[in-house]
Amino acid sequence: MTFNGILQIALFFGVLLLTVKPMGLFMARVFTGERTFLSPVFGPVERGLYRLFGVREDEDMKWTTYAFAMLAFSVMGLFLTYILLRLQGVLPLNPQGYGPKQMTPDLAFNTAVSFTTNTNWQSYAPDYTLSYFSNMVALAPHNWMSAATGIAVALALVRGFARRSAEGIGNFWVDATRAILYVLLPISLFYALILVQQGVPQNFAEYTKAATLEGASQTIGQGPVASQEAIKMLGTNGGGFFNANSAHPYENPTPLTNFLEMLSIFLIPAALTYTFGKMVGNVRQGWALLGAMSVMFLVGTFVCYGFEAAGNPQVQALGVPGGNYEGKEVRFGIANSALFAAITTAASCGAVNSMHDSFTPIGGLIPLFNIMSGEVIFGGVGAGLYGMLMFAILAVFIAGLMVGRTPEYLGKKIEQYEVKMAMLATLVLAASILGGTALGANLNLPKEPESTFATKLNQFPGTAYGSSSDTFYGATYNNVNNSGPHGLTEILYAYTSATGNNGSAFAGITANTPFYNVTLGLAMLIGRFLMIIPLLAIAGSLAAKKLVPASAGTFPTDTGTFVLLLIGVVLIVGALTYLPALALGPIVEQFQMSGGKLF
Amino acid sequence: MLRQLRPALMSVLAFTIITGLFFPFAITGISQVLFPKQARGSLIEQNGKIIGSELIGQTFAQPGYFHSRPSAAGGGYDAGASSGSNLGPTSSKLIKGIEDDPATKDADESYSGIPQLAVAYRKENNLAADASVPADAVTRSASGLDPEISPENAALQAPRVAAARKLGEDAVRKLVDENTAGRTLGLFGEPRVNVVLLNLALDKAAPDSKPKPAASPAP
Repeated sequence: MTFNGILQIALFFGVLLLTVKPMGLFMARVFTGERTFLSPVFGPVERGLYRLFGVREDEDMKWTTYAFAMLAFSVMGLFLTYILLRLQGVLPLNPQGYGPKQMTPDLAFNTAVSFTTNTNWQSYAPDYTLSYFSNMVALAPHNWMSAATGIAVALALVRGFARRSAEGIGNFWVDATRAILYVLLPISLFYALILVQQGVPQNFAEYTKAATLEGASQTIGQGPVASQEAIKMLGTNGGGFFNANSAHPYENPTPLTNFLEMLSIFLIPAALTYTFGKMVGNVRQGWALLGAMSVMFLVGTFVCYGFEAAGNPQVQALGVPGGNYEGKEVRFGIANSALFAAITTAASCGAVNSMHDSFTPIGGLIPLFNIMSGEVIFGGVGAGLYGMLMFAILAVFIAGLMVGRTPEYLGKKIEQYEVKMAMLATLVLAASILGGTALGANLNLPKEPESTFATKLNQFPGTAYGSSSDTFYGATYNNVNNSGPHGLTEILYAYTSATGNNGSAFAGITANTPFYNVTLGLAMLIGRFLMIIPLLAIAGSLAAKKLVPASAGTFPTDTGTFVLLLIGVVLIVGALTYLPALALGPIVEQFQMSGGKLF
Repeated sequence: MLRQLRPALMSVLAFTIITGLFFPFAITGISQVLFPKQARGSLIEQNGKIIGSELIGQTFAQPGYFHSRPSAAGGGYDAGASSGSNLGPTSSKLIKGIEDDPATKDADESYSGIPQLAVAYRKENNLAADASVPADAVTRSASGLDPEISPENAALQAPRVAAARKLGEDAVRKLVDENTAGRTLGLFGEPRVNVVLLNLALDKAAPDSKPKPAASPAP
């Protein structure tokens, strides 16, 4: 670790903290329907959209209606994307001529699910799979819509705490529309233009053919990159325009763009904690959640940075001193690569500016654990807040058990129903991650596919991140790019990333096969909707409750004690659930690396 | 509940049009006017021909040019197939490399791991067999298109380039300095040297010693 590295991390965090209050206050005004400086511009658009949708702005929804609307919105988008992806061969803006051969049915399913659920896992390499139209029209709108969905669900849950004896928890269409118009659109507009100024391309030209200085030919991928890059970070989506994602010089050309990209990942999730405090009438409650997130984030970041800076002793023995540079870009160096990795996994973004697969074992464990924590360390836009509130419910429940008193949170009694729902969400995620990994690490599919359809699929090249391979069938554990514990970590990371709706990868794994596309697609659906629906049920149940006046026996939830308890609950749930799997992957690999064992 | 189906359909269509068509076209229009060069990919033209992009690295093999980092993008610096090696810290392929299997005459199974890359780097730059090598010189970047190398790496290559071009080392070092970018605001990112721009500057400063294009262009 260098002084400058530590300073860069501290500066990033300081700037982030400065944005929390103004941004949080602005969102609180937007989502409670107050006028803002943007109302003159977007007010008429907003009302026009409501007329088009056929919804009334003042209509309040019960939680079941809210959940149905959210599901209908997602499913509709999912189908549209699937169809557009499969049809990319006949759609415009396709200078490279990509078609259904690149976008097979299982890959289109996986991709449509991935973008709908705010995961942006990419089983494919966009450079040689997707047309500009597919990127721009089939996928990018989900960067906005899934982010708006996350914010809407978080608001619904906050209203559950804020309202008393109420039937409804808000209007999904209003929440989603306002999130897109007032929050995402204006920021993305300026942000995208700054990115272009710094060198991110924005064109529809075909790939450029260049003759290099040494006379070789070079094909350079182009496209409308900046417009997609901005919302990809701001909406914590993370689906890259190019295979190398934010490590590609066209997606992230300078240290300034790198700083903005990191800041924009955390901007909304951090500010939503303030919005929450404002809406429940006590901003200290929001700062408490932010405090717990910050502690876990900073500890993780410095552990990751420390191990990456310490490097790999086996490489150092070859006369290459210093930190671990494999899979890192010179302009970012080690500090910014570790910081970006911690941010993108804490926040369910999944964009990467370095290759996590090449991190040192413990350096790579941090991103993995950040996702396993349930994406609550800032988390995705909206998703981080509602996930953290779920842990807050568990924390007051555990505190209540210790003193033998019915737990309360924000004046609402937390009873059997709420705790059951919170546990359901927690357990389903763990089952999806560990079950999927067990399957991927053990399954041996029949080698010779019999149906002609499967035979046809088998002929397509593996276009996943890593090298192409002939592992479309046969043992699924052969799809990894590394052997030994690191290979297991690749599979574990894949299911963790999918279930946690993160989207980053230990990218060596060849995931573009029918088995991985389908199972990872299901994991993403489970991780998104089996988390949201129980939480909306909690919101509905809480909204209907009366306020319990605080008494001497009430456990205060805006103090340091609560922050520590909350961190404890997040870590204990994460650690107890995943420690055995982590021990077989990165932890044992750390010892093997020190001992010089290679695979 | 079924009343929610119309807003679901209409909102998905409306937002797809607003965010998937209006927004990118608006950004394209504005940026073509304000930042036409960057919007087109920061391409470099020479004598009417495009020779690359300022932001995308290229393969350099001749001693008279500074060399880029090793690359895992396609066959090396394939800017239509960006990728890192994705090899982990206990990968034998990375830490030891793979030798060509003499049994298969047609196929080349060899893979340059860090030791092979370090030996080659020391040899081409006339370094002692046990000399330390800058990490960026023997590791593959995340994108495989990293346009830059560290100043330490450039400094070790400067004598070789100077000798191959029959230039003074000081002149070459001066060019390196001119093409070195520091940290942004003295704080953010890392110091770095853009290899394509540096080599262009070399060709401009010493056109007589410009290395001839390889007889058969690399595939």
